Amino acid sequence: MLQQLEGSQAIARAVALARPQVISAYPISPQTHIVETLSRMVKDGHLQGCEYLNVESEFAAMSASIGASAAGARSYTATASQGLLFMVEAVYNASGLGLPIVMTVANRAIGAPINIWNDHSDAMSQRDSGWIQLYAEDNQEALDLHIQAFRLAEEVSLPVMVCMDGFILTHAFEEVALPTQEQVDEFLPPFDPQQVLDPAEPVSIGAMVGPEAFTEVRYLAHAKQMQALDTIPRISEEYARITGRHSGGLVDEYLTDDADTIIIALGSVLGTLKDVVEGLRAQGQPVGVLGLKSFRPFPSQAVRDAIGSGKRVVVLEKALAVGIGGIVSENVHTALAGLPGTTSTVIAGLGGRPITQDSLRDMITAARNDELPQLSFLDLKVELVERELERAREQRRSGPTPENLLRDIGQVSGPEAFGATP
Amino acid sequence: MNDRLKFYQVGSFAVGNRLAEEGQKVQSRPDRTNALNSGHRACQGCGEALGARYAVDAAVAAADGKLVAVNATGCLEVFSTPYPETSWRIPWLHSVFGNAPAVAAGVAAAMRAKGTPEVRVIGQAGDGGTVDIGFGTLSGMFERNDDVLFICYDNEAYMNTGVQRSGATPPAARTMTTQAVGPHPGQPFGQGKDMPRIAMAHDIPYVATASVSDLHDLEHKVTKAMSMHGARYLHVFVPCPLGWGAASKDTIRIARLAVQSGLFPLFEAEHGHITSVTKIRKQAPVEEYLKLQRRYSHLFGEHPDTETIEHIQRIANGNIERYELLPDAEDDR
Repeated sequence: MLQQLEGSQAIARAVALARPQVISAYPISPQTHIVETLSRMVKDGHLQGCEYLNVESEFAAMSASIGASAAGARSYTATASQGLLFMVEAVYNASGLGLPIVMTVANRAIGAPINIWNDHSDAMSQRDSGWIQLYAEDNQEALDLHIQAFRLAEEVSLPVMVCMDGFILTHAFEEVALPTQEQVDEFLPPFDPQQVLDPAEPVSIGAMVGPEAFTEVRYLAHAKQMQALDTIPRISEEYARITGRHSGGLVDEYLTDDADTIIIALGSVLGTLKDVVEGLRAQGQPVGVLGLKSFRPFPSQAVRDAIGSGKRVVVLEKALAVGIGGIVSENVHTALAGLPGTTSTVIAGLGGRPITQDSLRDMITAARNDELPQLSFLDLKVELVERELERAREQRRSGPTPENLLRDIGQVSGPEAFGATP
Repeated sequence: MNDRLKFYQVGSFAVGNRLAEEGQKVQSRPDRTNALNSGHRACQGCGEALGARYAVDAAVAAADGKLVAVNATGCLEVFSTPYPETSWRIPWLHSVFGNAPAVAAGVAAAMRAKGTPEVRVIGQAGDGGTVDIGFGTLSGMFERNDDVLFICYDNEAYMNTGVQRSGATPPAARTMTTQAVGPHPGQPFGQGKDMPRIAMAHDIPYVATASVSDLHDLEHKVTKAMSMHGARYLHVFVPCPLGWGAASKDTIRIARLAVQSGLFPLFEAEHGHITSVTKIRKQAPVEEYLKLQRRYSHLFGEHPDTETIEHIQRIANGNIERYELLPDAEDDR
């Protein structure tokens, strides 16, 4: 049945359908509506058999999830941005221990400067953490991916991050269809852990491992993610069989077959991109979009198959590897190694900057004219940057950069530069 | 005179166990769990290994064998589980250094959710994992009143990493990061973070201190803690021969002197109120305690630092006053 729901409400209901047993969370925008809803559902009895822990930090949220999962309970948490960074030590620990925790990351920028709006810097910082990372294009997919994530996590015994764009998805009201409890129960069997803290069969979990076996342990973590490359599409198909709706999988190909230029992206920007590509197609421009649904494991073969040979590839990404450029594009480069064609990286949408259809059209036109540099920043206000650079050249104490920039664009009044002498 | 009586007179059951009432004896009991089994890699004379073995065995007995232990990173974790071996005969989980209280809270929540609340949970950490890096998660666990007994084995510094100062390092003690050099050798004066009192401030059901010098008392307190639900805290004094520069054979002696001097008061508290204290039969001067440990050797020698020793004595006297550790006149009659 279709319902008009806020993204966060839809996620909370999807998580509830998965019958979690322990939820521990710490509030951070834009994740709050998800955990508020779940805490209410536990308290008012809608979510039976579930414990909700109001913890004192994200570090504790992940740590409690680790304990709960190791004790054999289906465990869920949600976070974003600074919160994800605050729990990082435990994030790595959860994957190292092979605990099938599911976590929503309501993608948000990382400070400083502090910024609550959407980009992918938070999740991308954890790309090597050993977690599976799935990215949702819209709220329907986000909802479906959460249910699939529990099945996937428990089948391969690895934690799964479901990444959805903060505010753009979490706070957007969209029409979504929730599966029925019967459908979810058919799709998702009760949690049967690979190992569990049980007094009847005591095991020591989390022992120290030295050089004699550490490489092998890490290799096995990698091997598990490689296995997940098969599991993810299979689970997606089974979900489609039960619910009649196709969501997730490894990649989503949109008009790529005969395209000479293909844009690779992940998350909610895929919707805008598809609209733009559709418009350009109407004008006779053979362009396409490849959406990455799974970023870890990285679907190298699927990307290679979808792109093929001799194409222009533009990787549009909402995160920046400071000092080099693209993050997703590095992975795409590796996947496409040896294939003829060009790849460029466009950094866009940082800290919530809107990615407009006009800008995307210009970007694609530039790419098709072979005028797109290897690395560029969409809608970068060059004059703003140059003015700040000049200030820094002129004066050692040139003032806080964010304030200077805001003053330049007229959002802050006062002396021209913080350190300016009269 | 009977030599055995001597031990009994200083108030310890450690060896005087042989004189204990039938049913109170614990050594070599056939049904003893040995939750922390032999073969681990703790140093000779390790107070933590002894304390943990007695505490966990008592907890296992109290929980009728249904116990899960969560362990912070530290000596206890490292010496008990060198891959691929383990000394633990109970389900045991180590996550990271600063999160044992939160992990334990998660385990307890899982047991409730799974409908097996009879499986009880303890958390364990050293002083660093408790009063420093795990402080936030421990305070959160207390505040939520999670059904966990958390045990701190306090050897007053980061011993696992090679004896660096922790928030529980007492004044004047030398560690590798508070060396016995400069105008104020050793740990700059302070008090060391007083975790039992901080725990009491959370008004949790049970807080107690214990020492490896009185294992019966330690077991009794664990048993009592396990008879309750909610957040409980036990702070166990465990000398570290390596870190303190003490003879392995002196672990119990030093632990006893810490109690007898008043430096480590033994007490119990329920819901923020002291309910019992272990009286000191005869107060030992702090020098007796300090002199056995090379971490305090800079206080002695040709020019003893009497000022600092007096200061430490005042701390001991302050504890005796606060917890009323000396017998009342009536008790003496």
